[in-house]
Amino acid sequence: MTATTYRTCPRSGLQFEAQAEKLMIANAVTAVVALLVGGILAIGVALTRWPAVHLLAADTFYMVLTAHGIDMLIFWIIFFEVAVLYFCSSTLLRCRLATPKIAWLAFALMLIGAVVNNVAVFQGGSSVMMTSYVPMMAAPAFYLGLILFAVGALIACFVFFGTLVVARRERTYEGSVPLVTFGAITAAIIAVFTIASGAIILIPTFLMSVGLIQSVDALVYRTIWWAFGHSSQQINVAAHISIWYAVAAIAFGAKPMSERVSRGAFLLYILFLQLASAHHLLADPGLGTAWKVVNTSYFMYFAVLASMIHGLTIPGAIEVAQRQKGLTNGLFEWLRKAPWGNPVFSGMFIALIGFGFLGGISGVMMGTEQLNMIIHNTVYVPGHFHATVVVGTTLSFMALTYFLIPALFRRELINPGLAQWQPYLFGLSMYFFCLVMMGAGTLGVSRRHWDMAFSGAALAYEWPGAAYLMMALVGISGVVAIVGGAIYIYLTVGSLLWGRRLDEGARSPTFTPVPRAAPTAVAQTYGSAGFAAPGTFVMAMVFLVAFVLYYFINWKYLSQVWGLS
Amino acid sequence: MSAILPPSERLWWKHPLDRVEGTWILIALVWCLTMFAMMVGWHVYGRQNLSTETYRTTPEQFTKKTQAMVDKHTVRTETDQKIPVVAPPPGSDVYLIARLWAFWPILELEKDKTYRLHLTAMDYNHGFSLQPANINIQVVPGYEHVVTVTPNKSGVYSIVCNEFCGINHHTMVSRLYVK
Ligand code: HEM
Ligand SMILES: [Cu+2]
Ligand SMILES: [Cu+2]
Repeated sequence: MTATTYRTCPRSGLQFEAQAEKLMIANAVTAVVALLVGGILAIGVALTRWPAVHLLAADTFYMVLTAHGIDMLIFWIIFFEVAVLYFCSSTLLRCRLATPKIAWLAFALMLIGAVVNNVAVFQGGSSVMMTSYVPMMAAPAFYLGLILFAVGALIACFVFFGTLVVARRERTYEGSVPLVTFGAITAAIIAVFTIASGAIILIPTFLMSVGLIQSVDALVYRTIWWAFGHSSQQINVAAHISIWYAVAAIAFGAKPMSERVSRGAFLLYILFLQLASAHHLLADPGLGTAWKVVNTSYFMYFAVLASMIHGLTIPGAIEVAQRQKGLTNGLFEWLRKAPWGNPVFSGMFIALIGFGFLGGISGVMMGTEQLNMIIHNTVYVPGHFHATVVVGTTLSFMALTYFLIPALFRRELINPGLAQWQPYLFGLSMYFFCLVMMGAGTLGVSRRHWDMAFSGAALAYEWPGAAYLMMALVGISGVVAIVGGAIYIYLTVGSLLWGRRLDEGARSPTFTPVPRAAPTAVAQTYGSAGFAAPGTFVMAMVFLVAFVLYYFINWKYLSQVWGLS
Repeated sequence: MSAILPPSERLWWKHPLDRVEGTWILIALVWCLTMFAMMVGWHVYGRQNLSTETYRTTPEQFTKKTQAMVDKHTVRTETDQKIPVVAPPPGSDVYLIARLWAFWPILELEKDKTYRLHLTAMDYNHGFSLQPANINIQVVPGYEHVVTVTPNKSGVYSIVCNEFCGINHHTMVSRLYVK
């Protein structure tokens, strides 16, 4: 066993092991760099899709869009997730990181992969979009970069699992792992499946790009690629939901309403999320109806059920905690008096609401086999996933960062006044951005499309004026969101560079085990408290009504198009 | 701070659930099953279901069939490229080629009549996005997708390629007439 030290953070009480701490910092900082690059590229994307501005030339636009998708969705998110995995294992379980050297190897592979892939894209011959559907081919380095990155990420997952084993063997905690760690385990299990799918399809495609394989079937590629592409989104969901539980615990001392329900919901993810690649193939030829129906609904919507459960239990836990502090007036005093000026909380809550109302409802709508036909490959799709992966995941990571800057990075946040506003600016402009994208998509506007005026085409189609208006609003709200993102980067990087150094706390060569929590009063009232969270229940019912209405409006819309069979 | 600490009760799977949770789970479950039933039911009662009839094909085979249709049923040509406008009889098999960066030929269909529309891509993936009806279907190379369509409104429609297919993707747009 290598010598290491454990530092107890005087502000949060968390215990950071030296190696894990360095790795978390390295992964998180790299993630922010990827976000910065992706964010700069977003300027080009948003301003080109704003018809009146139409900033970039077609070839540059497609190159920039390819890089934006990959840098954001893959590199920003997964680097950050690796940091979260180490946090949920080593820090929460107060345990040394298993095999730190191998964890550094994982980091190096991911970094090299990310750089190789970016270089390939910016050389210009690999503007194939992140999905890189065959037979359109990118340079070999494009695939090679992704494969190296994936191998690194896979190794990181195994370091995480190894750390869990170490914690158990060295008895750093008693009983079961915390709920947040449980959520991280869910994410890591899904990640292993996901990355394996990615390897299965990207390795032959790489071999094809260097001429060793004749061809990869276009439909087989799409099917397996999406087993990677969609499942990887479930990693994000599991990760950011874990963060929501963590923030509820950190900001309110909230305990889960019921461990059984929340853990059960995570289990549903593991059982059913893998099925979801069908979401992206509903408008494809060659796949059977039964396969599409079963898979797209994750077998009767059991994963949706799980998300709806988390959507209730997280605000519910906060409500219960707040009510115990005496905020019991009416349905919503607990919420009104929540710490809205604390970006850790506000970011998490804006993420939760936006993820549910915008990302969740639209996602289920588009994932319905028949309804998919009225949105497939329109800008509705990026509208939906900016609500999930930007409002949901990205904003949650931002919120967590505000907690980590003092706890992990030991710096005081520069400009807390600005930080207070950042989640609102970024989150609410993104809400609007997603809504107008979905609006334009409902009118049929294509995604990944350089020119909605079809310049140079003999038979151009004229989009309705409303579509042009929506796309202009996409551009404008996109720019506002980019400003919000830039403020986050400024605050993060600025705090690391110039923030006041904070006391790092006592170091010790051995870990202090997680203290055994005494059963609390709340625990004894389980089940007997009746409606412990009535305000949350009302919000959940509002959500349900919005969901039902929107769902059936789309069926109505579908029923008016051509007969198809 | 219990979500980040081990549960205080060891047997967490025995925790009773709160009534709020129980009620919500039940409601959510009913809604999930309703949505599932809706999707299945639409296959029985609905009129918009995407066909899964698919054959493997090659550019040569598909071009031959399309050419035969064009030779028989062309009624006029349009644009400088003289794209044929084809009016096949109702009920027949109609063919549409998607390739870099055009659709070929232009179809002219009759309202409320049913056609078997065959779609394929000659090179890369393309998208069949019928506007303003907003029907969107993926067109995959190597696969011939047969979709039975019944236009319910007459007018001039556009077909926009909405799968990224290279630098001139934005010029890949065509017409479809319904009389
Ligand atoms: C901060 C402001 C952002 C803006 C203004 C923005 C803007 C856009 C726009 C307009 C598109 C659609 C372009 C098209 O299909 O024609 C797009 C695509 C995309 N964005 Fe963003 N985005 C932002 C942040 C993010 C973040 C944080 C993520 C991921 C975490 C992300 C992931 C993606 C992905 C995966 C695509 C799809 C690329 C593709 O079609 O291959 N974006 N973005
Ligand atoms: Cu095309
Ligand atoms: Cu195209």
